[in-house]
Amino acid sequence: MIYVDNAATTKTSEAAIKAMLPYMSEIYGNPSSLHEMGQVAAEALFSARKTVANALGAKPNEIYFTSGGSESDNQAIISCAELGEKKGKKHIISSAIEHHAVLHTLDKLSKRGFKITLLPANADGIVKPSDLEKSITDDTALVTVMYANNEIGTVQPIAELGAICKKHKIPFHTDAVQAVGHLPINVVNDNIDMLSLSAHKFGGPKGVGALYVRNGVALSPFINGGAQERGKRAGTENLPAIVGMATALTESISTMDKTSKKLIKLRNELIQGLLAIPHSVLNGDAKNRLPGNVNICFEGIEGEGLLLLLSDAGICASSGSACTSGSLDPSHVLLAIGRPHEIAHGSLRLTLAADNTESDVKYIIKSTADVVAKLRAMSPVWKDLQEGKRNYVIQ
Amino acid sequence: MLYSEKVMDHFRNPRNVGEIENADGVGEVGNAKCGDIMKIYLKIENDIITDVKFNTFGCGSAIASSSMATEMIKGKPISEALELTNKAVAEALDGLPAHKLHCSVLAEEAIKAAIKDYYDRNGIEYDHSLFPEESCAHCHE
Repeated sequence: MIYVDNAATTKTSEAAIKAMLPYMSEIYGNPSSLHEMGQVAAEALFSARKTVANALGAKPNEIYFTSGGSESDNQAIISCAELGEKKGKKHIISSAIEHHAVLHTLDKLSKRGFKITLLPANADGIVKPSDLEKSITDDTALVTVMYANNEIGTVQPIAELGAICKKHKIPFHTDAVQAVGHLPINVVNDNIDMLSLSAHKFGGPKGVGALYVRNGVALSPFINGGAQERGKRAGTENLPAIVGMATALTESISTMDKTSKKLIKLRNELIQGLLAIPHSVLNGDAKNRLPGNVNICFEGIEGEGLLLLLSDAGICASSGSACTSGSLDPSHVLLAIGRPHEIAHGSLRLTLAADNTESDVKYIIKSTADVVAKLRAMSPVWKDLQEGKRNYVIQ
Repeated sequence: MLYSEKVMDHFRNPRNVGEIENADGVGEVGNAKCGDIMKIYLKIENDIITDVKFNTFGCGSAIASSSMATEMIKGKPISEALELTNKAVAEALDGLPAHKLHCSVLAEEAIKAAIKDYYDRNGIEYDHSLFPEESCAHCHE
């Protein structure tokens, strides 16, 4: 089996699993308890907080542990919205290619009377800082733009976007779920006020993440209850998962340079090999993209069939077609970068990790070419294209 | 699993894929924007569907529905083919997930469209109520 769906989730690292186990078997105390076992747990919690903070260039008291990326996004956005509302500021700026954890939270705020501006992405999937500058008003309570896109892998000019927000004294949040552990991040240099991360995207366990909030930026509680996470996120901490997250983060940062080099090479080979299939196109910027991300549209076919046949060939991949999203529309990201519906339906996302090999890449290229040919052979759209009854969108 | 074994079988090894040259009736429904198009070709002799082929652009269940529907009408009189319902296609596939039922609707509509084309070409009178305009209820447009 070849797993190339690492943007969906990654294999939990051996080191993370090993680090987690004692916190279920021996040190199962509650970090809030005063007895010895509780205090040992509290020390482990602090140590993990320090590790996550160091990884981002932050301070330990700027890290709040959460259940994952979606919760972090929700809390950051809703907190800024509510605090902005108190000052009469009801405008939020984001981008058209955000994850649904951000977009659906903004939809909800829109129904509560907030004005939402979604910055466009250009054809390469990049948000232009000048567009942000133009969209800021006296009422802007928050700017939230993702660090790197989960579908097309494009990396945004975060430091520039952050600098604009800093100049206008507007809180800047970034959903960095796909970036943390894969790209070097420093919240100070990148001018980030709030950042969301999720452990299972970099070899940590599922169901745990963190929210970084710069000292001086207000945060309101999202889950009410006990005094955990300095009163901002109640509930007994998921210590085994938090320890696993810190371990995985340390590991992925220490191997980042080496892994990036390897992945970029494999990624580029994969892109080159897949683009040799006629009437295919790369989605997202060729250079400003995550080291392991490949996203390609094939004209004349639909993505779900592609995934099912690749799965039969032992390849675990992903697509932005409507059928795979469970909605009627194909990926909002592909539509936002200008792909027409019929092209967006035929997308394939492959996201590599360090354990993928050259031979995996060769096998994926061959299998994909076979599967695309098989589906095209039974596609009336492909037949029309070939007979000139319909014009190719992808040359 | 998302799909039944039968859906996967018809998706992996679709029956009756292709086209018929000089077909007696051709029906195409759906559109590329929605993500599925089904095209059915019929060969008809003495009111019997002697051969049927399809081309489908769409997800796994759309391909499986086309394959199953063509199997169900092959060798049958037109009158029987007109009675084929999407429900029957879905049942023959051991069920489809709720959000994929529109694929079986498309198969039923494609067959009806091909038969209507046959009637129109040959100037055969028919009950127009049997051929409602394509609903496109499966699409967002």
